[in-house]
Amino acid sequence: MTKTLIKGNHAIVRGALLGGATHFFGYPITPASEIAHGAADLFTRSGRTFLQAESETSAINMIYGAAAAGARVMTASSGPGVSLMLEGISYLAGSELPAVIVDVQRAGPGLGNIWPEQTDYNMCCKGGGHGAFRNIVLAPASGQEMTDFAYKAFDLADKWRMTVIILSDAYIGQMMEPVGFPSEVKHGQRKDWAVYGDAESRENLLTSIIMNQKGLSEFNEKLQAKYRRVEAEIVDWEEIQTEDSDYLLVAFGITSRIAATAVRMLREEGIKVGLFRPRTLWPFPSARLAELGESVKSIGVAELNDGMMADDVDLAVKGKCPVDRFNWFGGYVPSAEELVEKVKEAFNG
Amino acid sequence: MVKHAKPKGFYDQFLRKAPEGGPAAGTTHYCPGCGHGTVHKLIAEAIEDMNIKDRTIFLSPVGCSVFAYYYMDAGNIQCAHGRAPAVGTGASRTREDAIVISYQGDGDLAGIGTAEIIHAANRGENMAVFFVNNAIYGMTGGQLAPTTLLGQTTATTPFGRLEEREGKPIHMAEVVSTLEGPVYVERTTLSDARGVMKTRKAIRKALLNQVEHRGFSFVEILSPCPIGWKMAPVQARSWMKDNLEPVYEVKQFRNIEDKIRKSGRLPEADDAALLDMLVPKMEETALETSILDSEKRIKIAGFGGQGVLSAGTLLANAAIAEGLEATWLPSYGAEMRGGTANASVVLSSLPVGSPVVSSPTALLAMNGPSLDSFESAVVPGGLIVVNSSLVKRKVDRDDVRVIYAPVSAIASEVGFLKGANIVMLALYLFESGAPGIDALKSVLPKLIKKSELVELNLKLIKRAEEFYAAV
Ligand SMILES: Cc1ncc(C[n+]2csc(CCOP(=O)(O)OP(=O)(O)O)c2C)c(N)n1
Ligand code: SF4
Repeated sequence: MTKTLIKGNHAIVRGALLGGATHFFGYPITPASEIAHGAADLFTRSGRTFLQAESETSAINMIYGAAAAGARVMTASSGPGVSLMLEGISYLAGSELPAVIVDVQRAGPGLGNIWPEQTDYNMCCKGGGHGAFRNIVLAPASGQEMTDFAYKAFDLADKWRMTVIILSDAYIGQMMEPVGFPSEVKHGQRKDWAVYGDAESRENLLTSIIMNQKGLSEFNEKLQAKYRRVEAEIVDWEEIQTEDSDYLLVAFGITSRIAATAVRMLREEGIKVGLFRPRTLWPFPSARLAELGESVKSIGVAELNDGMMADDVDLAVKGKCPVDRFNWFGGYVPSAEELVEKVKEAFNG
Repeated sequence: MVKHAKPKGFYDQFLRKAPEGGPAAGTTHYCPGCGHGTVHKLIAEAIEDMNIKDRTIFLSPVGCSVFAYYYMDAGNIQCAHGRAPAVGTGASRTREDAIVISYQGDGDLAGIGTAEIIHAANRGENMAVFFVNNAIYGMTGGQLAPTTLLGQTTATTPFGRLEEREGKPIHMAEVVSTLEGPVYVERTTLSDARGVMKTRKAIRKALLNQVEHRGFSFVEILSPCPIGWKMAPVQARSWMKDNLEPVYEVKQFRNIEDKIRKSGRLPEADDAALLDMLVPKMEETALETSILDSEKRIKIAGFGGQGVLSAGTLLANAAIAEGLEATWLPSYGAEMRGGTANASVVLSSLPVGSPVVSSPTALLAMNGPSLDSFESAVVPGGLIVVNSSLVKRKVDRDDVRVIYAPVSAIASEVGFLKGANIVMLALYLFESGAPGIDALKSVLPKLIKKSELVELNLKLIKRAEEFYAAV
């Protein structure tokens, strides 16, 4: 497969269309706007639908309507926009509608700045809005994964009737890398629950209101049971040199790229470090981390937030080994050298 | 007159309301004298009479009518509070032949959902909106609505609505009719039988507009809420006549009948056309794969307009053509507005880890500020190429190799000042050797479509080569 040098934010639009996306509703925000630009061009030219909404609130509700009517639908935004979408994301979960949301994370809180952070972790991985629900959260670390995850996201969303969030960041979005594209177009199938506005689907109802406690309780049990199945089936991660490692770095997205370089540098100095990179943040690869927690001396979680994923690592390893936290904020992205220093300090110190 | 038997557009039995059946499955959940029941019936009859049951997508709001789907025998979607027009936009753009009905109360439409209704109306979305204005929040216990009258007491205006505090009532039909999108806007009332008949007509008109693909229709219906108003049903209807109708004029605001709303969508590309559009065709190059012993981290920096970002993409493309891995990361956003730009390029034989270039192995400084910014970061033993046409000072470091090259002057001699970035890049390639200059030459025609420009660039490369040979 020949590869093309392309920005993550551009690659993801192509991956999505090849994955069967038919509708894009969005509202501009840096550093995700390029996805809307690409979609405005390619969704329109290919006879799919692109519409700029009046707000992220409207965009997510357009998604709700299109998903309810059977479309493969997506949006792309960044922190402030995703915050606005949370009510709608909760409704999507309540009506079990499939949708794909790309979050190209920027720094917060508030308006923050447009540089990378990973502070939307909790908002995306813990459901985010009201109610006990989850989103499938994929964490791409390259232009190739921006493409591949977008390509498979619609199948996943349809299969599980869930929102899939592709949790990217300003650098993974802005970066150009060689990317290979799939050579086959996927298509969504007719959904027996959707409201198409035709005779066959006239009986269908999509709603999230269940007034009686017993009914809503049963619905929640059903959702939870589904989430357990999703956890068992789709959890995904990558390991680099973990077989013999004394120290395990855990990182996702842009930080995992830095960590990969740090691992190489530390190994050159004879320190046995490995990298564990979740590709799915929900479901979180807790079971494998628990195993690794038995074999390594320490774990260090590197992330551009205040330790949001480290909390999940702590929960997974349950005190079997110490968990160090390496955190940066404000859009500052550390160099591999800085991370190397931190690991050495924590491990030897 | 409105038929009293259950309309056919309703389910025979309201089993979503009362799954066990029985008498509860035969009645609505609305209070006695509530206008919602009337409007439901009128819509259901119209759906049945117009034979559009199998095409209808009915959107229930949040409000007392949240359970409209208990009754409407159609495809049903329940929406978040105020968002039905956005949901309807998504649905109608997915199913262009569907009859999309958005049913909303005044809290839903005129309060929390103002943005959604205004923009759906302005776009002229293919939907019919039935806006039930009862001047109060019914479902949540009788609070102030944007349409509550001055002086009207509610749970949250216990001393009456005061202009100075809550402002005056909002007139949605008037607001919507200031927009050019809607084809039909009318306000009706349920205060008497005549008003009900007019409402019936308006509802049919709005639905007919859907059938005919005319676009966006908006019917505001003044409707009693005896419970919220704390009145008996009969008293509620006379209160409407005496108080509501003088404030909310009952009339038709717009009726355009000669418009057809066309689909804005282009013909759908089939798989082959889509692949053709999306998957770039890059022929394999015949270049030999080069091997790098260690990662190269290059920072190309200069003024915006000096082509530092595109020099970076050319470099990364040349590297890929030689079978190397590459990343390119731009400075962007606010940073670009300051007039400076830089590209970080990382090249390696292995998958590239961090794309961040904090300690460059090479700095290509197109201007003075760039040298000032990045000189100290270059690794010992690294390379700095300085555009000596613009940078007058020397490099302070003595542990790096430095090439002073008047790349701007060289480019303007060729008559193409904009090509200074190419001269700079070529010098880097001559110096580093991997990727080689042939790789750059091979990617130029693929990335620059105009053949004259390719020629110019090749000329620039030639001049760079001569300069390099001399240093
Ligand atoms: C985001 C959100 N805020 C508040 C509510 C609570 N709420 C439910 S219905 C309603 C007002 C309904 O009033 P209206 O639209 O006038 O409909 P009516 O009940 O009078 O028919 C409110 C505030 C909600 N469901 N969601
Ligand atoms: S509270 Fe008002 S709007 Fe709600 S059902 Fe009762 S009368 Fe109707």
